[in-house]
Amino acid sequence: MAASPHARGGRPGWLRGDRLIALLVLSPSIFLVGLFIYGFIGWTFYISTVDWNSVVENYDFVGLKNWTRLVNDARFHSDLRNHLIYAAGFMSQCLILGFILATLLDQKIKSEAVFRTIFIFPFAVSGIVTGVAWRWLMHPSSGLNLIFASIGLENFQPAWFATPRHGMWAVTIAAAWQFTGYVMALYLAGLRGIPAELREAAAIDGAGSIAIYRYVIIPLLMPVTFIAIVLTGMNSIRVFDLVTAMGGSGPAFATDTLAYNMYQTTFGSYRFSLGAAIASFMILLSMFLVIPYLRSMRQEIER
Amino acid sequence: MQPHSLMKRRQFLQAMGAGIAASALAACAVPVEQGAGTSAGTTAGSDAGEGAATDAGSLEIFSWWTTGGEVEALNALYAVYSAEHPDVEIINAALAGGAGQGGNMKALLETRMLGGEPPDSFQVHLGRELIDSHVIGDRMDPLDELYAEEGFGDVFPQDLIDIASYDGHPWSVPVNIHRSNILWYRPDKLEAVGFDAPPATWDEYFDLADRLAAEGMVALGMGDVNQTQSGHNFESILLAVLGPEAYRGLFDGSVGWDDARVTEALEILSRTYDNANPDRLSVVNGDVVSAFPTDEGAAMIISGDWAHGQLKAIGYDGYHWAPVPGTEGMFMVLSDSFGLPQGAPNRENALNFLRACGSKEGQDAFNPIKGSIPARTDADQSLYDEYQLEAIADFGSNTLVPSIQHGAATKQSFLLDYDFATNDLAVNRDVAQAQAMLVTAAEDAAFGQ
Repeated sequence: MAASPHARGGRPGWLRGDRLIALLVLSPSIFLVGLFIYGFIGWTFYISTVDWNSVVENYDFVGLKNWTRLVNDARFHSDLRNHLIYAAGFMSQCLILGFILATLLDQKIKSEAVFRTIFIFPFAVSGIVTGVAWRWLMHPSSGLNLIFASIGLENFQPAWFATPRHGMWAVTIAAAWQFTGYVMALYLAGLRGIPAELREAAAIDGAGSIAIYRYVIIPLLMPVTFIAIVLTGMNSIRVFDLVTAMGGSGPAFATDTLAYNMYQTTFGSYRFSLGAAIASFMILLSMFLVIPYLRSMRQEIER
Repeated sequence: MQPHSLMKRRQFLQAMGAGIAASALAACAVPVEQGAGTSAGTTAGSDAGEGAATDAGSLEIFSWWTTGGEVEALNALYAVYSAEHPDVEIINAALAGGAGQGGNMKALLETRMLGGEPPDSFQVHLGRELIDSHVIGDRMDPLDELYAEEGFGDVFPQDLIDIASYDGHPWSVPVNIHRSNILWYRPDKLEAVGFDAPPATWDEYFDLADRLAAEGMVALGMGDVNQTQSGHNFESILLAVLGPEAYRGLFDGSVGWDDARVTEALEILSRTYDNANPDRLSVVNGDVVSAFPTDEGAAMIISGDWAHGQLKAIGYDGYHWAPVPGTEGMFMVLSDSFGLPQGAPNRENALNFLRACGSKEGQDAFNPIKGSIPARTDADQSLYDEYQLEAIADFGSNTLVPSIQHGAATKQSFLLDYDFATNDLAVNRDVAQAQAMLVTAAEDAAFGQ
């Protein structure tokens, strides 16, 4: 707003010409976003401080009672453990496989477009469909376990997402199957943006191909990696559709997530205020990822 | 004459035609009575009388009935309704799955109810499930008038009406009675290890289970991936250990969930896992019932009598039944019912549907297929099979106790916590931890306050 140097005429400088029109055109969406996103985030925070934990609405202020209950809840602790497992498994699979696929596709191979399309296809499939398909693939007595048995691995018959405590690993496989193609596309775009001269210069300086990737390409792809981490990280916080379609909260909450817990607490147990506390916690958790992202975007623009 | 917005084009054309004919005959002033003549005639009279409007539009019914015998039974009930009201379009909104029986449907229903867009009627377990979820929240209409009009007070047992009532009003119409404490068993497998009769006590049960295991057979079939099987089995074990009086006391605060008898029941439940199918945590109950006729399947299943409907639907009859060990003479009751939400978009259609649910024709069409027994005491006995006739007799003579797992005894939030506690036992086999979870859940539910 300090950009406009001088105010000529009647209106203040920042309200002249284009800016006025822009403001007029934007104000409906600013209003709607303000109400339906930030207004309701605020409302959810408010509900988390009242005592509405049954079917009867109750707006008695109870401060942090719901939050205290939440942080002492064993299910909540399971959720945090599950999100750590999910984030570790999902993000590493997406980033590593996505990068490897992008690198392979970048080798000027034949019919690259066909492979690109195949790899990115799962991203067009909804989370529910992915979950249902993988639930069948991971059924204990069919799907993948039949394949294992047929190649002589009769003793390797995992329970997949029904594994107590570690069922979340199985969910990350399905999630990564869906999301890897997208990360690959990000890396491919990044690789295409690296000028050929840089590789050539490194090669002339005597670097082998591993050294080129290690010291030139991977550092140059850091902005892409950063975006991929933010996107997969956000996905790790809000994951809901996959676990809903696969095993629900799983054995002793092995595949429970914050979003699923919030849904069941709110619409299954009618503990609306406790559900609002879970939702608010998820917002706070997302901010840890969004704020660094926005900050780096700004630095990027200012540069 | 404005046609109803939901009216189908054919009906609209018929109405137009009938309207023109009526004008031509200069008979406009004579109101057409409901049921007099064709459906076109009644529709044409929609400007003249209230009655005609009831037979148009649609009827949206929520349920969690989506598998084999359930769907057939529901369709039979719809057929009874449609025979009376052929012009009403029935929208069958059925949704399966979720923790606690019908969990997904209940969650969707809750969002619709809170959003002020209720369906016309919905399946709900008779008793606390409906009362705590929707009656106390003031989202249902009482059914005193309907009960009086249809004479339900004379045909439903008073015990059942008491379960359906809150604040002196009945809130839903029971369509069936299910019994939850049934042990389904394979006589051939039991005989193979020297048992000519099903186990009557839990000591006998474990003796039998060990002998079956020694022969390489799965004793008990369980499907717990949705966290419902352990809770289902546990309510019968609780009843066996505590007896009907103390069992009821668990929900009015007179018996604590930290009681030593609850510990004993949890220990029994934990022991049953030893000889259950090893994939019990990854399969659904339906898988277990489907495998029951095979050699690899379990020798016994603890399930409600809907398992009977499922087994009948696949044409299998090599099984028999007995009360769960220790619950002879006790009838763990649950009942599916339908209620009337406030603001139901097609209220008259919904009321007519409730009439069909409570009618002799409706109950006698629905229950033989569903594998349940009618809530009415005047049902046609010739329609029911051997198991159902036994259940009808037991329903009349046994001590009735409400089911936890199936929503009759407690509110929905306790049921979910109860399922999580028993599921925790199924996974971790830690009796003390599971009991602590139950105690916390009971405190939260504030039983007896």
